[in-house]
Amino acid sequence: MPQVTLTVNGKSETVDVEGRTLLVELLREKLGLTGTHVGCDTSQCGACVVHVNGMSVKSCTMLALQTEGAAVTTIEGLAKPDGTLHPMQEMFREHHALQCGFCTPGMVMSAVDLVQSHPEGLTEQQIRHGLEGNLCRCTGYHNIVKAIAAAWPLMHGKAMPEAAE
Amino acid sequence: MGFEGIGAAVRRKEDQRFLSGSGHYTDDINRHGQLYAYIRRSDRPHARIIAIDTKAAGAMPGVAAVYTGADMQADNVGGLPCGWQVKNKDGTPMAEPPHPVLAVGKVRHVGDPFAVVVAESRQAAKDAAEKIAVTWEDLPGTASIADALAPGAALVHDDVPGNLCYDWHIGDPAATDAAFAQAARVVKLDLTNNRLIPNAMEPRAAVGDYDRTTGEHTLYTTSQNPHVIRLLMGAFVLHIPESRLRVVAPDVGGGFGSKIYHYAEEAIVTWAAGKLGKPVKWTAERAESFLSDAHGRDHISSAEMALDAEGNFLALRVKTLANMGAYLSTFAPCIPTYLYATLLAGVYKTPVIYAEVKAVFTNTVPVDAYRGAGRPEATYLLERLADVIAHETGIDRVSLRQRNFIPADAFPYQTPVALQYDSGNYQATLDAALKAADWAGFRARRAAAQTKGKLRGIGISTYIEACGIAPSAVVGSLGARAGLYEVANIRVHPTGSVSVFTGAHSHGQGHETTFAQVVSDQLGVPFEQIEIVHGDTEKIPFGMGTYGSRSLAVGGSAMVKAMDKIIAKGKRIAAHLLEASVDDIEFKNGAFSVAGTDKVKTLAEISLAAYVPHNYPINELEPGLEETAFYDPKNFTFPAGCHVAEIEIDPDTGVITVVNFVAVDDVGRVINPMIVEGQVQGGVAQGIGQALLENAVYDGSAQLVTGSMMDYTMPRADDLPSISVGTETTLCTHNPLGVKGCGEVGAIGSPPAIINAVVDALSDYGVRHIDMPASPQKIWSIVRAGRSRAAA
Repeated sequence: MPQVTLTVNGKSETVDVEGRTLLVELLREKLGLTGTHVGCDTSQCGACVVHVNGMSVKSCTMLALQTEGAAVTTIEGLAKPDGTLHPMQEMFREHHALQCGFCTPGMVMSAVDLVQSHPEGLTEQQIRHGLEGNLCRCTGYHNIVKAIAAAWPLMHGKAMPEAAE
Repeated sequence: MGFEGIGAAVRRKEDQRFLSGSGHYTDDINRHGQLYAYIRRSDRPHARIIAIDTKAAGAMPGVAAVYTGADMQADNVGGLPCGWQVKNKDGTPMAEPPHPVLAVGKVRHVGDPFAVVVAESRQAAKDAAEKIAVTWEDLPGTASIADALAPGAALVHDDVPGNLCYDWHIGDPAATDAAFAQAARVVKLDLTNNRLIPNAMEPRAAVGDYDRTTGEHTLYTTSQNPHVIRLLMGAFVLHIPESRLRVVAPDVGGGFGSKIYHYAEEAIVTWAAGKLGKPVKWTAERAESFLSDAHGRDHISSAEMALDAEGNFLALRVKTLANMGAYLSTFAPCIPTYLYATLLAGVYKTPVIYAEVKAVFTNTVPVDAYRGAGRPEATYLLERLADVIAHETGIDRVSLRQRNFIPADAFPYQTPVALQYDSGNYQATLDAALKAADWAGFRARRAAAQTKGKLRGIGISTYIEACGIAPSAVVGSLGARAGLYEVANIRVHPTGSVSVFTGAHSHGQGHETTFAQVVSDQLGVPFEQIEIVHGDTEKIPFGMGTYGSRSLAVGGSAMVKAMDKIIAKGKRIAAHLLEASVDDIEFKNGAFSVAGTDKVKTLAEISLAAYVPHNYPINELEPGLEETAFYDPKNFTFPAGCHVAEIEIDPDTGVITVVNFVAVDDVGRVINPMIVEGQVQGGVAQGIGQALLENAVYDGSAQLVTGSMMDYTMPRADDLPSISVGTETTLCTHNPLGVKGCGEVGAIGSPPAIINAVVDALSDYGVRHIDMPASPQKIWSIVRAGRSRAAA
């Protein structure tokens, strides 16, 4: 069986996988990182989003073998080692942006990448458009959009530029 | 207590684990030595099984067993039971055909399971399942109600003539006919309530475990009601006594009704684990969710209202055909009857009503309760009909509704269709919604949109629903095969912290927070010292679970009742310790005091005395401070409100944008306004989904066309607007907290508000009615036809 060596949440891992094993299967079944969820089978729902080398990726759509040498961050690796939540996690809690919690890990990982990749600011419409790859059935997205807008200044350390609001 | 008590927007206790990836869902559970089940499902709508050959599958690497329906029958496994028996007009019971766990003889819908492979890995099970060879004899499949009722239609069940499950009615036909004969005017409307697929984000999953040494079975499952599953599966399917069967529903990723029912897979993994002596796990792929989670809605109705010359509603006559799918799901028969037709008075004082409902078998996935369940169908019918009446009589649509409202001083109000509303103020929610939506300023906004080439419309819906389900004796007399009380066990620990064991189940509703607020408020115990436990039949007394917006109205009432017992016992202990009469002891803010003195004992001191009973009235009282209460509601609760939708149509593309949505709801007392808002927003999102996007489509041969998230339009963030939520409160008069329930109102009130707005926007195009979903294609065709007419 082929082997893959990668870094997951800062820890080096070498794992035997089948050629057909998906990244999400490696994370959930081989490494026991069950915070990353599987909500569909057509790459539509985004419950499985993780970061691979800093970019958000649907881990159901990437083979485990493609992550050779990569640095993967999952929801379990987002908070600080002392348990302090990432500002995005904190804003999700503050704005009641989650209900059943199942889409939440993928939603948070997508949202972190969305905010990081928009240093110029984000409008409500940009946030809504940026969440196109993540489905939530509980919240109607209203509070998720609010949480992401509230996390932007915390992550960039400055107020959201006026033009973006 | 104030800050973290009733009425505070307390941030949720459960969020820490969900946000850090520490949630514990069924598919996260792995047992030592676990095997994996993969289920072969029919890809045919309707076919006779001539032969199933499992030899090649059984010989595949890693396969532990392959089972078919015949194997389960040989092992005396029963069929999946139905929990509600509806009677026909003539008093005879409905048709109730058997529902084998794995199909025997015939498959009846695409997705019907007929074999299962159990293997060492998910992949091995799936690989082997492909090797199962079946010889079929295809039969004609019917998906639509009309096809199933047509003379000579193929029978879904050979012994159910005409595919008719039941022919039921409610109300007074003679009085209704008499009122129609006197009417100044009759307005009719035919409409369809589109079939929906629930799509909770967590696919269903089940893990069966069996302990050979004790003979105990454990089932971990994605359920809204673990005790109901234990009862149904233990008593009817697998014949396992309750004492040998534990059902655990851990964190559950959304339900919306679809996780109420007892499903085949729960029985399969429990049974297979027992046969093989090893844990067996099954997790649905999303394609299986589409083909096996109970669907919702799917009604065809015709309605007519008799009116006097002033627009007063004199009588309502409704005929509805409801699709049951291929088998009766657990609560399917009660949805288009007791949760639908009993709501046809709505918020109006219509004096007489007669409704007839036929339920029909088709070769489709079973249909059961989906968020709102029956009440969205009733609301959609009434609120579309109200708008058509307004249009045809020329009466303003708001005035028409107001004219017919049950007035605020008329409660309790007995409707002509069985329900008695306890409280409400429909004018108050209407006024607040019109104000918040700036209804008065709409004309200017329409004109402004017109200058940009857009068609703008506004729509209203004034609705009521019945929830807090339900008084056991009442539902029993209507055919329910279960009681619908709820249970709470409250354990005050020796040092004063509290554990609450509730029969309600949280799958997104935030019970760990709101229930703790209620307990904190009533017992004066700090919020963080209260733990809410649910979802495990081994820990909690027999409870009925969460659906029908019942958790707080019924489960919360059980908690209050148990706390009353705690306080009553605490007073007797306090009277002993403080050397006073029990009648003089007051309980307030977590402390027992002697009235008019400064003699006080805290709840923690009383609790310690109860568990260390050295100085204790031991001859009169048992030690310990723990009480259980079962609460059976006296009536349904009746949340009501007004939703206003404003939409804009791009006439060139037919695309509809919801530009504003206002919901003002009366959900009774609000425990946590943040959570109530979130529940309403989520419900409204599902309602907008039904109105504009979602539709389960079967083709003529009964093949599901919308079988994936690529085909079935789930609402995404950029499909939806910000959703403004307000509340106006009248208290429920018959439960101790005055609460009504907020889980379903969003999905009930919103669809007609949206469609009324769409029809309003198209008022220049001669549109009387549009069936849901109002897709861009439908709208574009209407606009295009209108433009062609104008050009001609």
